[in-house]
Amino acid sequence: MGIEERIQSQVLTSTLERFVNWARKSSVWPATFGLACCAIEMICTAANRFDIARFGMEAFRASPRQADLMIVAGTVTKKMLPAVIRIYEQMPEPKWVIAMGACACSGGIFRSYAVVQGIDRHLPVDVYVPGCPPRPEALLYGILKLHEKIQKDPFLTRKEGPVHVPAEVQVVAEARS
Amino acid sequence: MSQHPERLIVNVGPQHPSTHGVLRVVVELEGEVVVRCTPDIGYLHRGIEKLMEARTYQQCLPLTDRIDYLAGSANNLGFVLAVEKLLGVEVPPRARLIRVIIAEMTRIASHLFWLGTHAHDLGAMTPLFYAFREREQLMDLFEAVAGGRLFPCYFRIGGLARDLPEGWTTEVRRFCRTFPEKMKDYETLLTHNPIWIRRTRDVGVLTVDEVLDYALSGPVARGSGIAWDVRRADPYCGYEEFDFQVPVGQNGDTYDRYMVRMEEMRQSCRIILQALDRLPQGDIAVDDPTVTYPKKTDVYTKIESLIQHFLLVEEGIRVPEGEVFHHTEAPKGELAFYIVSDGTSKPFRARARTPSFVNLQVLSKLAEGRLLSDLIALIGTIDIVLADVDR
Repeated sequence: MGIEERIQSQVLTSTLERFVNWARKSSVWPATFGLACCAIEMICTAANRFDIARFGMEAFRASPRQADLMIVAGTVTKKMLPAVIRIYEQMPEPKWVIAMGACACSGGIFRSYAVVQGIDRHLPVDVYVPGCPPRPEALLYGILKLHEKIQKDPFLTRKEGPVHVPAEVQVVAEARS
Repeated sequence: MSQHPERLIVNVGPQHPSTHGVLRVVVELEGEVVVRCTPDIGYLHRGIEKLMEARTYQQCLPLTDRIDYLAGSANNLGFVLAVEKLLGVEVPPRARLIRVIIAEMTRIASHLFWLGTHAHDLGAMTPLFYAFREREQLMDLFEAVAGGRLFPCYFRIGGLARDLPEGWTTEVRRFCRTFPEKMKDYETLLTHNPIWIRRTRDVGVLTVDEVLDYALSGPVARGSGIAWDVRRADPYCGYEEFDFQVPVGQNGDTYDRYMVRMEEMRQSCRIILQALDRLPQGDIAVDDPTVTYPKKTDVYTKIESLIQHFLLVEEGIRVPEGEVFHHTEAPKGELAFYIVSDGTSKPFRARARTPSFVNLQVLSKLAEGRLLSDLIALIGTIDIVLADVDR
């Protein structure tokens, strides 16, 4: 029946939000950024057996300016923390953070003078992947959860605006500048 | 170009894809030539040695796994052997041989990771995928025996956590038979590859004197022709019974160290096969109620075993007063533990002499006068793990 029939077989209708979110979640580029033991499992996830390319994420970028996902893979020490925060700040919006492993989630077994007890004290974490270290499958599960989260992101209608910067990050940024 | 070009200071790291972790190298450049190179370490200092002082000896074991996270079992072995030396116990032959098998598998896994990342840093992508293919087989075997991939934590003070699962030895045999064939794949890609040879030959040459001055160990020392291998020089775990070679290089350059590590993987395969042939039946832990946990079935049925289990968990193993130093050949070099005991179940002081920390010191010497791109090859050839450097 006229134009509707033609359109139905060739055109998908969607909302702008759903479409943009679909595009964003389908090619999340992680920053090449390993801290400790978990980085080894992150590399395994990217290698041939677990093959992160299946989720459109094989483009690990060495420069944070080209990345939009930060996988905090490993122990964050107090000496490393300013560098971690700087890398996060260098990433363009929109950006996401996965805390991979017990150390990044909560400090893990290293309850010592040198270790930050969880990166969520300083960065807004989207997905926590527990384990010491988490298996590559666990990281992939966390990544899929992040994809779900991105797909549901109401970035057009959200009232407070698209960026959440926790108070600690502001404090650190101000102290340095 | 002026005669005295301006010096440029470049920070390589702490976030850099080729520094193998969180190493920061402050490089002073004249053009592309490195004039001075200063490694800045401590970005992964987690205070492992201090944490050990607050934990019982059994609880220290998982911490040792995370010192050199590419070779967890090798660190476990160094620690349990040191504590056993202090306790004066000797593990049964079955446990001893299984330890050898796992330690050598760990060596292969660690060298495979080194091979993949080192080749990747120098621009070859395929070796990484080939190396990870075999490494995943080893990870599966670790998982079958202990439940953990990266950190099996399978060794215990006085023996092993549990016996081997059924059919495991057959799988290991199969791996060791097919692995030398797979190694031909890597060698086809690299050994005679002109790019690889240009990037590695005569890069980072270390003389015998320099190796001795810097107290280097492991493949870095053997690449320069020093046949120092703790397994041969001061055998532990019965390594003197095995027939294996200690490969050495001649020129002491990056290419020779590559060849040494490749040959070490073949020798490890030989050791594993010999150990499997000799593997006897029997106990997997010493028969000493003050050291070994009782069987779970006994804990539920016998009051003595229940008390024994309770005491070992609550109080830990009481280690006699004294101090001990024990060194082992970890994949990256000589790993030694120095433990001081005050007679309680927690170490008064535990110190790890880790190979990466010592081997890293030579980096400035190697890099000075070379091109900046050689720095990446040099970091790879020393084979450092930053947790092993900083602890």
